[in-house]
Amino acid sequence: MISRRAFITYLGAGTALLGGVLALGWWQVDGPGADRPLPAALPLPLSEMSFAMQDHTGADVSPQGLVGKPSLVFFGYTFCPDVCPATLSDISRWLSELGPDAAQLNTVFITVDPARDTQKAMAQYMGYFDPAIRGWRGSLAETDKAVAGFRASYELGEGPDYAVNHTSSVFLFQADGRFAATLDLHEDPAQALAKIRRVME
Amino acid sequence: MKRTLFAFAFAVFAGLPALVAAGQNGIIVEQAWSRASMGESRPGVAYMVLQNTGSEARILTGVETGVAMMPQIHLTTTDANGVSQMAPAGDLEILPGAAITLEPGGLHIMLMKLKQPLAEGENYSLTLVFKNGDNVEISVPVLSATARGPAN
Repeated sequence: MISRRAFITYLGAGTALLGGVLALGWWQVDGPGADRPLPAALPLPLSEMSFAMQDHTGADVSPQGLVGKPSLVFFGYTFCPDVCPATLSDISRWLSELGPDAAQLNTVFITVDPARDTQKAMAQYMGYFDPAIRGWRGSLAETDKAVAGFRASYELGEGPDYAVNHTSSVFLFQADGRFAATLDLHEDPAQALAKIRRVME
Repeated sequence: MKRTLFAFAFAVFAGLPALVAAGQNGIIVEQAWSRASMGESRPGVAYMVLQNTGSEARILTGVETGVAMMPQIHLTTTDANGVSQMAPAGDLEILPGAAITLEPGGLHIMLMKLKQPLAEGENYSLTLVFKNGDNVEISVPVLSATARGPAN
């Protein structure tokens, strides 16, 4: 004969075990443990990233130099026919919607294809978009360090007209350099602007 | 001829914009546009909406144009981590009554190895190649390098 107290303990343990099994099942079938890509880790604060590049005018730039203003940063390459120009157009539009406030924002396009995107190519390409957008380029090693800091990724294709798979989200950082949000190509423009305005307040 | 008339009637009925091309096979193309090319060596791109007003499925197998040596239909996909990649889209089936949309961040015609710059304000000719041999030739207007859609 088990005591009442032991019975309650067993009942409690049994309930907890059942709950645990159910939770595990949910985790593996429907929850975050389900078989789908895990969300990428969040980008480091800009102040903790470490890479050195030049902008499309040849000036030395670094992620630390962005701290002090909110920043929009994204990766791409100038031979990209679809996503990159569309993203640059979106950003140009957001900047024009912001009007004079746009001056309170850093906007940076970092190439993941420094072999083709020479400084000259970057300077020519950036000329098509809002002049506030800076085009950054570094060596392959520095590009890799930048990509790692943003927890982004890229992969160069093959052949003479290779394409580059790359993280196409736009990263939004607060003025103190901490990561705030991502914006993507299919985002409603009003919502994207709201996110940007929020970090500018 | 009957089909062309039908397609035309449909276009008028639906109040579609002026930039409409109707093929013999019931395919209507609207909202075609290209972004002005940027520099000599970068690939161009074209977008449009293809509507099948016919009674049979149509299969788009490719494109031809005098402005590029290697025009290809590509699909951009973006995974859960926000990584985008492009790959040839292969044959595209358009069911009767259905439409496919080529737009930034999805299906697009990639104009590789441009033979001439695509200048804003110009138009160029592009042929959509269908499996049944009824090809559709359209005129694609070139919009600005920062255009985001057919309306601007």
